[in-house]
Amino acid sequence: MDITTLFNAMPGAFSQGLIWAIMAIGVYITFRILDVADLTVDGTLGLGGAVCIMCMLAGMNVWTAMLLAFIAGILAGLVTGLFHTLMGIPAILAGILTQLSLYTVNLKVMGKANQAINVDKYDLLISLRFVKGVPFWQNTIVVVALIVVLLIAVLYWFFGTELGCSIRATGCNGNMARAQGINTNFNIVLGLMLSNGLVAFSGALLCQYQGFADVSMGRGAIVIGLAAVVIGETLFGKVFRNFALKLLSVAIGSIVYYLVMQICIWFRIDTDLLKMLSAIVVAVFLAIPYWKAKYFTKVNVRKGGADNA
Amino acid sequence: MLELKNVHKTFNVGTVNEKVALNGLELKLEDGDFVTVIGGNGAGKSTMLNAIAGVWPIDMGKILIDGKDITRLPEHKRARYIGRVFQDPMMGTAGTMEIEENLALAARRGNARTLKVGITRQEREMYRERLKILGLGLEDRMTSKVGLLSGGQRQAITLLMATLKNPRLLLLDEHTAALDPKTAAKVLELSEKIVQQNQLTTLMITHNMRDAIKYGNRLIMMHEGRIIYDVRGAEKQSLQVSDLLARFEQLSGDGANDRMLLS
Repeated sequence: MDITTLFNAMPGAFSQGLIWAIMAIGVYITFRILDVADLTVDGTLGLGGAVCIMCMLAGMNVWTAMLLAFIAGILAGLVTGLFHTLMGIPAILAGILTQLSLYTVNLKVMGKANQAINVDKYDLLISLRFVKGVPFWQNTIVVVALIVVLLIAVLYWFFGTELGCSIRATGCNGNMARAQGINTNFNIVLGLMLSNGLVAFSGALLCQYQGFADVSMGRGAIVIGLAAVVIGETLFGKVFRNFALKLLSVAIGSIVYYLVMQICIWFRIDTDLLKMLSAIVVAVFLAIPYWKAKYFTKVNVRKGGADNA
Repeated sequence: MLELKNVHKTFNVGTVNEKVALNGLELKLEDGDFVTVIGGNGAGKSTMLNAIAGVWPIDMGKILIDGKDITRLPEHKRARYIGRVFQDPMMGTAGTMEIEENLALAARRGNARTLKVGITRQEREMYRERLKILGLGLEDRMTSKVGLLSGGQRQAITLLMATLKNPRLLLLDEHTAALDPKTAAKVLELSEKIVQQNQLTTLMITHNMRDAIKYGNRLIMMHEGRIIYDVRGAEKQSLQVSDLLARFEQLSGDGANDRMLLS
């Protein structure tokens, strides 16, 4: 339990948190903006990693590989969206179906259960080797932080446009949206595509960072994404009202999640327990607003009742 | 202007809950008609409005607006012609979005949603003026989330949204039923003011017979999925609540039910 090992591990945890922040922002788009729990992402993260790594092994430039991973994610989102809107399958089940199919797709893309990429032979954008002792602009933390900031800026702009506003309205109140001439089905599909595109992009970064892609690298990703969302909201929900700041709070939530995980590892907590711990944390944080509304509003009700009687 | 031809709709076909909601409904509205709609529970009033709005497809019949057949048009495409206010104040607005954002969404009804900015500065000024007309002080709270407002305020905003872009047809589905009497009266007055100012063709469902007589130029009574009484002009103006109740008993062969008596 040497404190310096913890400090040495922190930059790595921080980079991972940043990479997962992109994934968490994707989850935020479906879960909070569209009000859909999209389980596709567990498969999409691996898809992004698989596509990116295979493209790079085939000699493509890293940016092209990441773009193709992004597009692959968009297509996965399209499939879930069509399952849901065109075939009337409940959103959660639609996501599970796509996620299961993606397991096969990822295996076929990679040809086997995992693929490694050598950081010395290929020109990777980020890597766990680039966290310390590299020029500032090659530092993984700097590169990914820049990408996250850029992404937040673009999303802030997008959700302020006519189309972006109509997507927000779709998630908030479908009846109202349709009454105002908004094609809600189209918007749900579009939101799912955007979200899964981002998750795949995050997977593309993750596979570079860890130097390999694995068919099961996305297992439980949705829970980590949700954890980042609820941690961000719990920490900053009261102060961050602006949409860009809300996205930033999700990113910070993801970083906090990985730092806490690193501390757990440093405490020599059995790493097999971590997934369950994450799930419990998410369950409790999702329950808090419900409990608050159910058990702690009595006083207000009585007061309001007297005023409005 | 609006034509309903032999419209049929049955819910839960083939189950014990099967319910014939619209049964050969016929209706023709003239331009500028302000029609109040009354009838007992389950008479098909809301179903008629939902059929016109396209919430679900009808089983049989035709719906035309300005001679154009919209029977097969999906809900969001019909919105180009139709403004709606619902009974539930929560239903007509997006609670997590700001007042001005809600108005901006409504201002684009019938247009394609592009990547242009969602709300412009000139628009804000225009909304401020429109909100002033409501007399609720909302013009000073334009960036407040709609979810923080009362039912009456939300309903007033929904009304404004439904009429922000002049609709060919305005559908008011018991839009004051969930409000307290004072607020209800205010929203109703506001509705009439906006309808008169813009000469809107309007269908308004109400359970209050006095309101049904007081407002509009035409009154229809529904029973078992069709219109059983249709009166307009001077004849309508001279109606009494007792006349309506007598009519209802005579035409439906049924004692006026509880909701009808609430008037």
